[in-house]
Amino acid sequence: MKLLADRRRHPMALVVLLLVGLLLTGGAYALFTQTSSAKATTASASDIEGGKKLFAANCATCHGLNAEGTRNGPSLVGVGAAAVDFQVGTGRMPLQANGPQAPQKEPQFNDEQTAQLAAYVASLGPGPAIPEDQYLDASKGDPAAGGGLFRTNCAMCHNVVGAGGALTRGKFAPNLSEVSDKHLYEAMQTGPQNMPIFNDANLTPEDKRDVIAYVNEVTDNPSPGGFKLGSLGPVAEGLFVWFFGLGAVIAITVWLSSRAK
Amino acid sequence: MSTTQPTTAIGKAANFTENRVGASVLVREFGRKIFPSHWSFMLGEVALYSFVIVVLSGTFLTFFFHPAMGELHYEGPWVPLRGVEISEAYNSTLAISFEIRGGLFIRQMHHWGALLFVAALSIHMLRVFFTGAFRRPRELNWIVGVLLLIMGMAAGFTGYSLPDDLLSGNGLRIIDGIIKSLPLVGTYVSFFLFGGEFPGIDIVSRLYTLHIMIVPALIIALIGVHLVFVVVHKHTQWPGAGHTEKNVVGEPVLPTFAAKGGGFFFLIFGLLSLISALFTINPIWNYGPYDPSPVSAGTQPDWYIGWADGYLRIVPGWFEFYIAGWPISFNINSALVVMGGVFVAMFVYPFFEAWLLKDHREHHILDRPRNNPTRTAIGVAGIIFYCNLWAAASGDLIAVFFHMSLNDMIYIFRFLFFFGPIIGYMITKRMCIGLQRKDRELALHGRETAQIIRLPHGEFLERHEALPANKLWKITAFESPQYVPAEPNADGKITGAEKLRARLSRFFFEDRVAPVSKQELDASHHDHHEVGSTDQAQIGH
Repeated sequence: MKLLADRRRHPMALVVLLLVGLLLTGGAYALFTQTSSAKATTASASDIEGGKKLFAANCATCHGLNAEGTRNGPSLVGVGAAAVDFQVGTGRMPLQANGPQAPQKEPQFNDEQTAQLAAYVASLGPGPAIPEDQYLDASKGDPAAGGGLFRTNCAMCHNVVGAGGALTRGKFAPNLSEVSDKHLYEAMQTGPQNMPIFNDANLTPEDKRDVIAYVNEVTDNPSPGGFKLGSLGPVAEGLFVWFFGLGAVIAITVWLSSRAK
Repeated sequence: MSTTQPTTAIGKAANFTENRVGASVLVREFGRKIFPSHWSFMLGEVALYSFVIVVLSGTFLTFFFHPAMGELHYEGPWVPLRGVEISEAYNSTLAISFEIRGGLFIRQMHHWGALLFVAALSIHMLRVFFTGAFRRPRELNWIVGVLLLIMGMAAGFTGYSLPDDLLSGNGLRIIDGIIKSLPLVGTYVSFFLFGGEFPGIDIVSRLYTLHIMIVPALIIALIGVHLVFVVVHKHTQWPGAGHTEKNVVGEPVLPTFAAKGGGFFFLIFGLLSLISALFTINPIWNYGPYDPSPVSAGTQPDWYIGWADGYLRIVPGWFEFYIAGWPISFNINSALVVMGGVFVAMFVYPFFEAWLLKDHREHHILDRPRNNPTRTAIGVAGIIFYCNLWAAASGDLIAVFFHMSLNDMIYIFRFLFFFGPIIGYMITKRMCIGLQRKDRELALHGRETAQIIRLPHGEFLERHEALPANKLWKITAFESPQYVPAEPNADGKITGAEKLRARLSRFFFEDRVAPVSKQELDASHHDHHEVGSTDQAQIGH
């Protein structure tokens, strides 16, 4: 302890203390906010009746008792199972509070309940169904072709590698790195929130599979150049060079110009 | 004329050099130059060293880069691009990144080095400005410095545009738009630069010539002039006991400063190597080939162009109007007016201050920023003006990360464009004056020791301790310019320009806090001794 006590008035003590404090709080935060991974279960047979009950209890306030829509929420007749699976499966619905855009959060329903809700809404009118597995198998997709489609159709909002970006009035295009293949497909198919709809005439199911292959390729593979700095481009690089680059430089200059005590 | 002939090999070599180029004069003149030691004097060196590293790494890159825009299909190892039609320039940059041994490391070092070069240059200029090191005789060197900043930006931008990826193409498109917004000549200049309609097939090879030859040659020439000036003018120094306008207190170039400088270079080299080895910069493989139609979210220029981009992002659309059917795109070309205005202001400031003070003497002792509150406040206003535009360029990212509305961000930046510098000016000026008053208080009454003593008749006093002489010197011995009223010229007339100068001078110095005079200092010491204190400590109130 004498070693510590001797050094407590050292000019670097504050810096070290701050660093330790930040590491502790950051580590604790990361520990407590870890989410348990959802169990992958196959969707059960559509139980429309169960879905109707869930709907009446959780969704009807805004979407109306028969999903006909109210002033607070759109009609869900004809949105299809894919839309429900995306909105409920990513936790965006039920909405917690009104805001510019429904944020992604911990899903409120398990897979079975989600499937029931999807079956109920799908029974109200024809709409896009939950995608078939063959279009979700990214290994069959062509990431290079998907990259071309992604840059033309998606990158202006989601950034070239899906890091996300801003839209008007507090809305935003989310980061895609943690989104499952199925949800990527459903988002393209149904255009949730402010996203445009890319129907099968726009982007064929094979095209969508290519896009998914591209997103997986650029978000899952290790970065060749080292830490990615969030893949946010020159802003992150500029901040880095000013804070860490110049910070280190100034530390070096102070060290070199200090006199031996 | 008694000369001794050298006998050793080194002696003979030295003699040989001396007889032919007179090296001893160089060693005598340059080797004995004195450089004061302070961390803030080493920032310009950082810019120099990062430039050297950028030149070395850039030379390596020229061996493998193909500055051509012919099209081919990518066949390299990066899967998400395989088979995509790309240009030769982009193909060779991908090859440098993935196929040339060490290529990615060198590319990242080149880019990080360039960012550090301009950052170090900027912070060096701030040091020079805030300490008044631009005053006579160094006005010209300040101008050379501003030119170096402009050239640094030009070097960076031409390099940013070379790989022909999506990001660099978007940057060029903005330059193309700015050029085209010039009245009358815009379209012609754009077609001339791009060899036809944007993007054409010439621009990469043209930028390459600028990037690897013309701009670096200008930078090297300007650095040469800059360093010669530093030697001719001698280095400035901080105020301190023994430091005068006629001497320089510090270490000689040979051996101390040269050895330190050499070590410093390798430290910067090591730092840049570490950063380049660990952190990605400009991952061109992510961006894909340039195509005029897509623009990615979060498309920004490198940081030193950011302020210009920020201006374009917040300028209102109605700045564009039509006169007799001709568009006047003031919403775009006013960016050039703003940038030009900033650089002109930087060029003329040294002359402006000399004119204002009627002070044409040489200055080798630096000002502490607080001792020239108005200049410091103007500098901070400039920093806020710049940083606001700089932040505006990343308004979209700020909006996402802080859950703000992008539209509100633009309103905030527009407000700060006008009022940020004024608020910064007022706060900084008050802070400086407050610090000066604190210095006066310290000089006259010493340091508060927090020891309360009770006098025999019951009065409580706090013991104040006089400052040590060297500290006292630092806070009392400084020049304090003051208001110079309007003076008649040789004809006995007060000209309009002179009246304006007087008014500005009053604006500069109306709140001046006078430095502690010798009489005040003596009087304060006298007072304290009356109370009856010990030799070292005095009692104040």
